[in-house]
Amino acid sequence: MTAPKTTVEAGAGRPRPDGSTPPAAGRPTGRRRPSLGSRLRRDWQLLLMVAPGFLILLVFSYVPILGNVIAFQDYNPYVGANPLEAFLKSNWIGFGQFQLLFEDPAFWDAFRNTLAITAFQLVFFFPLPILLAIVLHGLLSSRLRGFIQTVVYLPHFFSWVLVVTFFVAMLGGAGLLSQTMREAGLEPWNIMTNPDTFIILVTAEAVWKDVGWGTIVFLAALSTIDQNLYEAAAADGAGRWRRLWHITLPGLRPVIILLLILRLGDALSVGFEQFLLQRDAVGRQASEVLDTFVYNFSIATGNYGYGAAAGLFKAAVGLVLILVANKIAHKLGERGIYSRS
Amino acid sequence: MTATTVRKPRRPDARRPVWEEKPTPVGQAAKTVLLTLLVLGVLFPLWVILVTSLSSRETIAEAGGLVVVPKGIDVSAYQTILAGGAVTRALWISTLVTVIGTAVALTVTVLAAYGLSRPGSLGYRWLLAYFLLPFLIYPPLVPKYLVVTGLGLKDTIWALILPPAISVFNLVVVRGFFQGIPQELLDSARIDGASDVRTLLRIVLPVSRAVVAVVGLFYAVSYWNVWFDALLFIDRNDMYPIQRVLQSYLLAGQAPHTSGATSGVTMPPTESIKMAVVVLTVAPIVAVYPFIQRHFIKGVLIGAVKG
Repeated sequence: MTAPKTTVEAGAGRPRPDGSTPPAAGRPTGRRRPSLGSRLRRDWQLLLMVAPGFLILLVFSYVPILGNVIAFQDYNPYVGANPLEAFLKSNWIGFGQFQLLFEDPAFWDAFRNTLAITAFQLVFFFPLPILLAIVLHGLLSSRLRGFIQTVVYLPHFFSWVLVVTFFVAMLGGAGLLSQTMREAGLEPWNIMTNPDTFIILVTAEAVWKDVGWGTIVFLAALSTIDQNLYEAAAADGAGRWRRLWHITLPGLRPVIILLLILRLGDALSVGFEQFLLQRDAVGRQASEVLDTFVYNFSIATGNYGYGAAAGLFKAAVGLVLILVANKIAHKLGERGIYSRS
Repeated sequence: MTATTVRKPRRPDARRPVWEEKPTPVGQAAKTVLLTLLVLGVLFPLWVILVTSLSSRETIAEAGGLVVVPKGIDVSAYQTILAGGAVTRALWISTLVTVIGTAVALTVTVLAAYGLSRPGSLGYRWLLAYFLLPFLIYPPLVPKYLVVTGLGLKDTIWALILPPAISVFNLVVVRGFFQGIPQELLDSARIDGASDVRTLLRIVLPVSRAVVAVVGLFYAVSYWNVWFDALLFIDRNDMYPIQRVLQSYLLAGQAPHTSGATSGVTMPPTESIKMAVVVLTVAPIVAVYPFIQRHFIKGVLIGAVKG
């Protein structure tokens, strides 16, 4: 993994066009920077290519990010003919929405659920792709490995609607498991509507969908570990488990830490669709997470300022978490997701 | 991969470094069980759903719901669905969104990726930061909703196509690939007087087929899977994409926000019809996936490494 910094400057070391080309043709030629006009003349095609993406991000990412300020408003969509006019005419109320939010027990329920689910998945989901990658990496037959990889990557491409549908069909009240249990004369149990086991259910769904996909990055890291290390360790008498502990896992360490940071930065986003889809089957108490809270208390009910405040709170905490996690990674001597050097 | 230290491989594929111990029977068995369960865990639900969708009413009644062992093939469920109505319409909408969306998103992404792959160009650093920042800060839901509805995109397919038309992850993947193209190739094109547009079309794109295919698949899948955006932006039943219809067919009662989607159907859907809708939703993904699968590991890794 190259540092983003090197990526950015990758071009600085590229071979310059030799003397035969006029200085204006290549990009970073002489020591003197060409004037703005000549750079514009040289690069206008590149700028034009970037323009559509620039506009889409401007309209659908940057404007909404700035639009967060409605969290400080008593935003009323009906005072204007369009959202912009409504925004200009709505009253500013400062931190009023946040005050309401922090006094709302439903918000804290959602907050608790979110953290509980993140923590649970960190323990019961996060290590699984590492384990699976190590097992797959150890397979001798590349055809068998390829087949298994093909199969386990597949669910990643299914929508959450499909994943939940599969689980309902297999484990739901009218599903295959209940059906089999009824035939065997047992009392069927419906996992899909049980709030007590909801956290296990959503984790199982997440594992089913993404455990295979998660192995890709670990498999890549495994293939870069120097085989000579294993051989030397074996020659020194290290057994299978010692090699795993002293070579394989340290080899995976940077990737593991990177993914942990990313996960931590996303601690408050446990996945939106999964929860909205199952919210009504298991009840709000167990399944409301911050994302669904934002949706249900804004767009579904028209209370936009309130939902925006909840969303802004979530984004702010997420940003702080990712900065903190990155800091810790630097302290541990790892690169993290970005490096300020 | 681990072959260098081996003298005599038993089979061309299966060889173990000499210093590595033979696996214990227990370990071997554990691995076999784990991997078999994993593969079955993915394939078995697909199988049951496919078989049930192809079963007659009698077979389903006999099995008591879902069918595991097929008994004859009955395509009447598919005939009913494809004869018209909510599902047929939703399949059309989803196809339209997927085809147009993928074309738009690929164009936007490839252009931006090339535009951002030439260090030293005008505004390079600023533009790169501008494009990468949304990776860290997601567009917040409520303001995004207001923007999209404010632009009058509600109840049009553009509400589903335009906001996700550039994904920063995919951009990073494509850009990483472009930067890996040998510089000599691009320099020689420039010396020959090729413009940037020409270089992209004639030199960069032809050698980038694999990555374009992978990113195309990513976009196509995300457009085909669009559900939440449809929940936000599509209120009209006759504009629902397939995931919305699937949800109201199979999970209705679980999600009251979405009632009324079944307007095109007079009878309550039977088990085989329900499962046929699932199959039709899965089919395009399963059909395209194997062709592109072999490329995407490389694609994802470029993204992971450079991002």
